[in-house]
Amino acid sequence: MSWQAIVQGLVLIAMLAVAVPPLGKYMAAVYGVRADGSAPGDRFFGPVERFIYRLCRIDHKREQRWNVYALSLVAFSVMSVLFLYALLRLQGSLFFNPTDRQSVSPMGSFNAAISFVTNTNWQWFSGEAAISHLSQMIGFTVQNFVSAAAGMAVVVGLIRGITRKRSRTIGNFWVDLTRTVVRILLPLALVFTVVLISQGAVQNLHGNTTATTIDKTTQVTTQAIPGGPFASQEAIKELGTNGGGPYNANSAHPFENPNPVTNILEIFSLLLIPLSLVSMFGRLVGDRRQARILLAVMVGILMVFTVFTMLAEQNGNPKLTTAGVDQSISTTQSGGNMEGKELRFGAAGCGLFAAPTTGTSTGAVNCMHDSFTPLGGMAPMMHMMLGEISPGGVGVGLVGVLIMALLAVFIAGLMVGRTPEYLGKKIQAAEMKLVAIYILAMPFAMKPFAAASAVLKSANTYQSGPHGLSEILYNFASTANNNGSAFAYQGTGTQWYTTTQGLSMLMGRFLTIIPALAIGGALVRKPKVPATVGTMPTHTALFGFLVAGVAIIVAGLTFFPALALGPILEHFSL
Amino acid sequence: MTATLQQTPEPRAPKVRTKAPGSKSIFDPAIVKTASVDSLKKLNPRTMMRNPVMFIVEVGSVLTTYLFIRDLSDATSKQNWFAGLVAAWLWFTVLFANFAEAMAEGRGKAQAAALRKTRADTIATIKMPDGTTTQKASSALQVDDLCIVIAGEIIPGDGEVVEGIATVDESAITGESAPVIRESGGDRSAVTGGTRVLSDRIVVRITAKPGETFLDRMIALVEGANRQKTPNEIALSILLAGLTILFLLAVTTLQPFAIYSGAPQSIIVLIALLVCLIPTTIGGLLSAIGIAGMDRLVQRNVLAMSGRAVEAAGDCTTLLLDKTGTITYGSRQASEFIPVTGVSASDLAEGALVSSLADETPEGRSIVELGLHDFGLTIVEDANAVLVPFTAQTRMSGMDMSSGRQVRKGAADSVRRFVEAEGGSFPLEVLPVVERVSKDGATPLVVIDRSTPAAPWRVLGVIRLKDTVKAGMRERFDQMRAMGIRTIMITGDNPLTAAAIADEAGVDGFLAEATPEDKMALIKREQAGGNLVAMTGDGTNDAPALAQADVGVAMNTGTQAAKEAGNMVDLDSNPTKLIEIVEVGKQLLITRGSLTTFSIANDVAKYFAIIPAMFSGVLPVLNRLNVMKLDSPRSAILSAVIFNALIIIILVPLALRGVKFRAEAASLVLRRNLLVYRVGGIIAPFIGIKLIDLLVTVTGVVK
Repeated sequence: MSWQAIVQGLVLIAMLAVAVPPLGKYMAAVYGVRADGSAPGDRFFGPVERFIYRLCRIDHKREQRWNVYALSLVAFSVMSVLFLYALLRLQGSLFFNPTDRQSVSPMGSFNAAISFVTNTNWQWFSGEAAISHLSQMIGFTVQNFVSAAAGMAVVVGLIRGITRKRSRTIGNFWVDLTRTVVRILLPLALVFTVVLISQGAVQNLHGNTTATTIDKTTQVTTQAIPGGPFASQEAIKELGTNGGGPYNANSAHPFENPNPVTNILEIFSLLLIPLSLVSMFGRLVGDRRQARILLAVMVGILMVFTVFTMLAEQNGNPKLTTAGVDQSISTTQSGGNMEGKELRFGAAGCGLFAAPTTGTSTGAVNCMHDSFTPLGGMAPMMHMMLGEISPGGVGVGLVGVLIMALLAVFIAGLMVGRTPEYLGKKIQAAEMKLVAIYILAMPFAMKPFAAASAVLKSANTYQSGPHGLSEILYNFASTANNNGSAFAYQGTGTQWYTTTQGLSMLMGRFLTIIPALAIGGALVRKPKVPATVGTMPTHTALFGFLVAGVAIIVAGLTFFPALALGPILEHFSL
Repeated sequence: MTATLQQTPEPRAPKVRTKAPGSKSIFDPAIVKTASVDSLKKLNPRTMMRNPVMFIVEVGSVLTTYLFIRDLSDATSKQNWFAGLVAAWLWFTVLFANFAEAMAEGRGKAQAAALRKTRADTIATIKMPDGTTTQKASSALQVDDLCIVIAGEIIPGDGEVVEGIATVDESAITGESAPVIRESGGDRSAVTGGTRVLSDRIVVRITAKPGETFLDRMIALVEGANRQKTPNEIALSILLAGLTILFLLAVTTLQPFAIYSGAPQSIIVLIALLVCLIPTTIGGLLSAIGIAGMDRLVQRNVLAMSGRAVEAAGDCTTLLLDKTGTITYGSRQASEFIPVTGVSASDLAEGALVSSLADETPEGRSIVELGLHDFGLTIVEDANAVLVPFTAQTRMSGMDMSSGRQVRKGAADSVRRFVEAEGGSFPLEVLPVVERVSKDGATPLVVIDRSTPAAPWRVLGVIRLKDTVKAGMRERFDQMRAMGIRTIMITGDNPLTAAAIADEAGVDGFLAEATPEDKMALIKREQAGGNLVAMTGDGTNDAPALAQADVGVAMNTGTQAAKEAGNMVDLDSNPTKLIEIVEVGKQLLITRGSLTTFSIANDVAKYFAIIPAMFSGVLPVLNRLNVMKLDSPRSAILSAVIFNALIIIILVPLALRGVKFRAEAASLVLRRNLLVYRVGGIIAPFIGIKLIDLLVTVTGVVK
């Protein structure tokens, strides 16, 4: 790896180390860690929130049980899907459409609406060629905020289930949603948008700008360059771990990600909130050691995948080496497997982006994942198959790692001779049932669809052989984990894929969120068992290894056979 | 009167554990034989359905057997050998799991059969209200019938002695051959049907209907007839079912991927893969572990009314232990004579001895013993001496000699009141001595005398009566603390005495001057703080607390009310048993957790055996995953299946005996068990499968 790549990694770590603890502390205050319920900026945010509560007739003092909380979330999501669907279907006849984008097809709208509401941001279409400015602004960008906020509300509800004892309610979904958007996402997105604009990201309401190309050797002499209100969308795209950019090339496009500085900033911002939520968790449960070990698990897995992907891509393709192609690092080239990569970022800079974007369920990409080497491509795929826990999407990532912690506590907890307990709450049949549903949800949202796609003639597109299987596996892993990145050579705009991937996204989102809230609801009723030396400690390195081990072994056992026939076979065949 | 001396009673020797009646070692040949037959009987699908993991294996066995038979005529002999062997080993997998369960049940069943023999029908003599008697079969008894039982007869049913006192042989129930005394009133009135009266005559009021007696319940319990899954077992079953569904999904979706890759698999291979992946090891042993755990309690002569209680015992964070009988021997022993100024120690000793000559309590005898031993005193016979017994009014006892000399001993405050009321003076120097003795956890008694009834009372000094803490208790409590369990001593003593004993015994807290209400309040307070409380009790006034506690162990000698209220009964009536019960509870959970970990960890190696075997024919590059260098695809798959079956039978002894339990902090226990069962679980099958593969290859049955 080049020294530049290593420096980039170190800078990223330093930035996160500085920013995560204070943001975690701030968010803990937003979600009510202070006894008096106050939070920084009350004087400014308070009136805004109260205005929203009045407007939407929200009784912000009234708390909800888990089922009402979950129902509110589901109702909100259903309304959002319907709104987004209608918007896409009608965009051709609506305003703010300078490039005259047509209305989107029914199944295409169905898929896109689900995709943005579930925080997946899977795009079967090219944003700049299919979506109007209005749809981007009040459709996708708004969902980027609220789908992220909904995910954060879920984890806050679950944490309240852990911290409260012998209670019934886990908070008010509408309040958590509002406070998340107003106090966390909007301020951060505002700052980040300005930074991106300063670096050259576009922010306008123009249509296409026609440019005359410099290269006169080709037939093409003019090029239509689409503009739009995109820096603002780019900011929340990363911060909310959404990943759906306005351009098809996503963060590989210079208008979204102009230079290596913004590249690092984008990686930073997609990791910022997921990691800060863990720090917040430590403050909410009143034991920051608990957060530290979960953070270590997340970051540990993330680093392994990051380094692995960077190395795999930097080492390049052995077939090209045999063919006499120079893939080494030199002063004139960054080296490595450069197919589908931006020269601005290089092979390593691409690996540095690929691992965080698949570990956070963001799905933004700064290069073509489909062009990775077999092992380089298997890494982001496996990273998603772990269930998005390193560190996972905003909110839902921490939920995922907490579920893994519950599972680890259960298996290992028995081994110390007590009914397993996590943070003082006993983990019993009711919780295990929900944990089992949670763990089954993602594989069920992925594998049946992927298996059907592999054998159905109507489903197959373009590729065959092990790489074709890898594409199917990657894309369904992406939708089932609400990631949104793609092995994008496979054409997924067909009836089959828009439908199955829409369903896969729905299952991946709600069959995990609802059991997670139900676990919160089950735990909130329980008393808190005081910790003694007879309690299995959950803040030690050993426990960290257990959580990581459980996640890896469950995912490994579930996906190993499929991976063997996809990327592993492809790698061995090189 | 002649004062006779008796030997100071020896401190009660630690009870020798007697095995429950009819108990046998785990691998008794008779049990193995019955279990082998039972494991075949358990193949009944309706029985198997209760265990979803093993039911899937049985379905797989049926399917592979069918495929084997179907293809018998048209396949090559090698293929047939392979299919037949896979089918056979899948059946063995099911049978081994059934065998484990049958073995666990075996000992209980043998024991139940032995107990049934004692339940023979007897003829009861009923005392009618008009005083006449009639005869009635014991099976026709009704609650509140009054039965007369005389020496040599068997008590016809559970009840309470309302009249008389008798020695009873309870060995049928407890295995303890020494007879026990049962008498009307008080806390030793409960008798159990099926036990034999050895002497005297008692009248028993029947308290349980025939068929619902203690013996009936005991038979049902040891037999496991109404065994219900315990909460943790249910939670674990859910996890195992979840994993099974996950692997079912992985295997069923593998076929489409295989077809896509041009390497479709035979059903037999897919079934073999599925069976190897689903958690058959723990799934096959789970119920055996639970049954064996209950059985371990029975071997310790404890009857748990539910498995839930056994698990709760493992979870306990607070133990309430009665001081007397549990922590201390209960009989206080004289350890020192502390004279007042002007009185020699031997004068005090002589006075103490005389005052206690007629005192038959253990305390009294220990005072005499101390005087004779340490002060070389002899007993002067005085035929006309008058015994002054202890009364609640005077709270003193003593002796009036024929010479006119009077000696008394009693609690400091009552003696002081008495002396001052009689016009004597009570030296103030006694008070700090009394206080010091109390503070040490001992009981002070003050001795006074006067040479004639006209003379003023003279205070001689103080006797220190020491309550002796049982040997080894401190270590036990240290172990408990290491496991994160707090011990709280319950005593009727004053706070000073209680504090001293608590300190000496090393308990974590104490409740002094405890009333049943205080005890109840303490339990509720602990539970409100999230603690699980275990306690023992025997008296009727313990019943509410026994019912409130998460684990209430009633002593078999206790009253019927106490036995009804608790969720365990200790047949040995040994309050220290509570500590062992906690250990059994923990061991049960540890065994389950460890074998679950082992079972899941095993899957890694099985993948590396089976996946390359499945695909290396069509996709030879995948043979690079064959890290074990197994001989051929067929031998690899067969070896994995054989290992999967054999590991169940190999682990049966561990499941029945339980993972060794050590009293240590949770973090240490976890580290060791993880090392053994997680790391061992990953490594062991690599070795095992490789060895089996070598054997299978040598025999040459599959190639």
